Amino acid sequence: MTATGTFTPRPGAAPLPRMIRAQAALETRMLLRNGEQLLLTVVIPTLLLVLFSAVDIIDTGVGRSVDFLAPGVLALAVMSTAFTGQAIATGFERRYGVLKRLAVSPLPRWGLMAAKTCAVLVTEVLQIVLLCAVAFALGWAPHGNPSAVVLLLILGTAAFSGLGLLMAGTLKAEATLAAANLVFLLLLVGGGVIVPLEKFPEAAQSVLGLLPISALSDGLRDVLQHGAGIPWSDLGILAVWAVLGLGAAARFFRWE
Amino acid sequence: MPSTSPGAAPRSPGREPAVEVTGLVKRYGTKPVKTAVDGLDLTVARSTVTAVLGPNGAGKTTTIETCEGYRRPDAGTVRVLGLDPVADAARLRPRIGVMLQSGGIYAGARADEMLRHTATLHAHPVDVDLLIERLGLGSCGRTSYRRLSGGQQQRLALAMAVVGRPELVFLDEPTAGLDPQARHATWDLVRELRADGVGVVLTTHFMDEAEQLADDVAIIDGGRVIAQGSPEALCRGGAENTLRFTGRPGLDLASLLKALPAGSAASEPASGSYRVDGTIDPQLLATVASWCAQNGVLPDAIAVERHTLEDVFLELTGKELRA
Repeated sequence: MTATGTFTPRPGAAPLPRMIRAQAALETRMLLRNGEQLLLTVVIPTLLLVLFSAVDIIDTGVGRSVDFLAPGVLALAVMSTAFTGQAIATGFERRYGVLKRLAVSPLPRWGLMAAKTCAVLVTEVLQIVLLCAVAFALGWAPHGNPSAVVLLLILGTAAFSGLGLLMAGTLKAEATLAAANLVFLLLLVGGGVIVPLEKFPEAAQSVLGLLPISALSDGLRDVLQHGAGIPWSDLGILAVWAVLGLGAAARFFRWE
Repeated sequence: MPSTSPGAAPRSPGREPAVEVTGLVKRYGTKPVKTAVDGLDLTVARSTVTAVLGPNGAGKTTTIETCEGYRRPDAGTVRVLGLDPVADAARLRPRIGVMLQSGGIYAGARADEMLRHTATLHAHPVDVDLLIERLGLGSCGRTSYRRLSGGQQQRLALAMAVVGRPELVFLDEPTAGLDPQARHATWDLVRELRADGVGVVLTTHFMDEAEQLADDVAIIDGGRVIAQGSPEALCRGGAENTLRFTGRPGLDLASLLKALPAGSAASEPASGSYRVDGTIDPQLLATVASWCAQNGVLPDAIAVERHTLEDVFLELTGKELRA
């Protein structure tokens, strides 16, 4: 075989911003292409919003039900992408050696995590745009401080990402799949998303109120439904979850 | 940059061996501790093709994965292109290409998408379209990775290992499960890599693959290299060869043995079918022919059987089944 020069060594990593941008674009495409993920991140939140706004199944308190439901469903959207979707996707990437193969690519690990975060944020923006459009069509009239909303969404994303990655990096892929869906369902019911926390017994309320989903849905509701300023206690709960979750994920995540 | 580890001889940059493994030990698990690699030494020259052979569980993949930086040695040193695969990982990674034994690709990704993405992570990648054509990946179309055939999955992983123009590629069983066409396409690619100056370290269970491709073969068993050399040298040195011929039954083998060099053996395993074992060279062939002439025998179906790499491999590693 004579040399053709096609493969003559000329190694080198691409510039870091280019690598992260490309990885983020790929991760986003993988998220959006996955049918099961879309069911979780788009179909279920949209259906819940439409169904419970239109049909008076649950007593959502004073005011129109869409004003109660929209903030809860936005919190659900964040959880579905940052926690459930990310945990399942990352769990299977770990299982099928995708993370292992990426570990020997020129992209550093922190670059991969940055790209994954970008993919989650892009997906969330798409979800939020869609859900807000549906909510407005249902007559939603939000109030409040947009920067408080953004702060809640970002801290919520950090908290759920940490927990999702912790699960994906420590459990088997099948266990992650089952557990992430179960947690999604439990938090959907018990986290103030569509069922007001006041419906639960007093003792349960104080515990449920500390869950990240409750803090996020309650904080969003305080701002968007009741026009509150910065909901510090909910932000505080989310910050604690974010620190614990991301810290534990960084400590215990196993790449193989 | 030259290695600065204690005891390492100073070398000019870029002249270190492609791979230099010394006294590598790697253990797994706690109770019981399994020693996967047990004092392994291996040196791989630059721009050569080295085949690492060994029964299942011999320590091939562990050795390769230690070179790739996945595992930290429990003892011994590993240098790849003069770098420590763990401590210097960031500098080493862009310079090597890796094909894992399986997987490594997003289930939902398309072949060309994944290859283009991998190319984007490198500064001077190979032309992706050319690689797609060379490895017949164009037929994958818009099919996602999980629905590709095993052969297509293997070829995609191979393409990803070479697309970044690395100096050295590690291919873990690159042709496992491939049809003959794909195997030959892979072999052609490996030959072209070598011609272009890329070093290749591959593991395989196919002895013909090692014979066809490798400049150097390392046979690993029990976590150590038990033989290393060119395929020719291993076949020559590992075992004696055999000469077979047929003729009239019941020839007097004692007179043949007298004519043959010391250490040879002659037998008639089946009636009229003869076998001579020893160092089969032209001189010995002439001796056998003239002995036949003396006995008035026209030897029929005379054949020299060279030992294949497979014979050598089985002789060295035994025939007992492994993990």
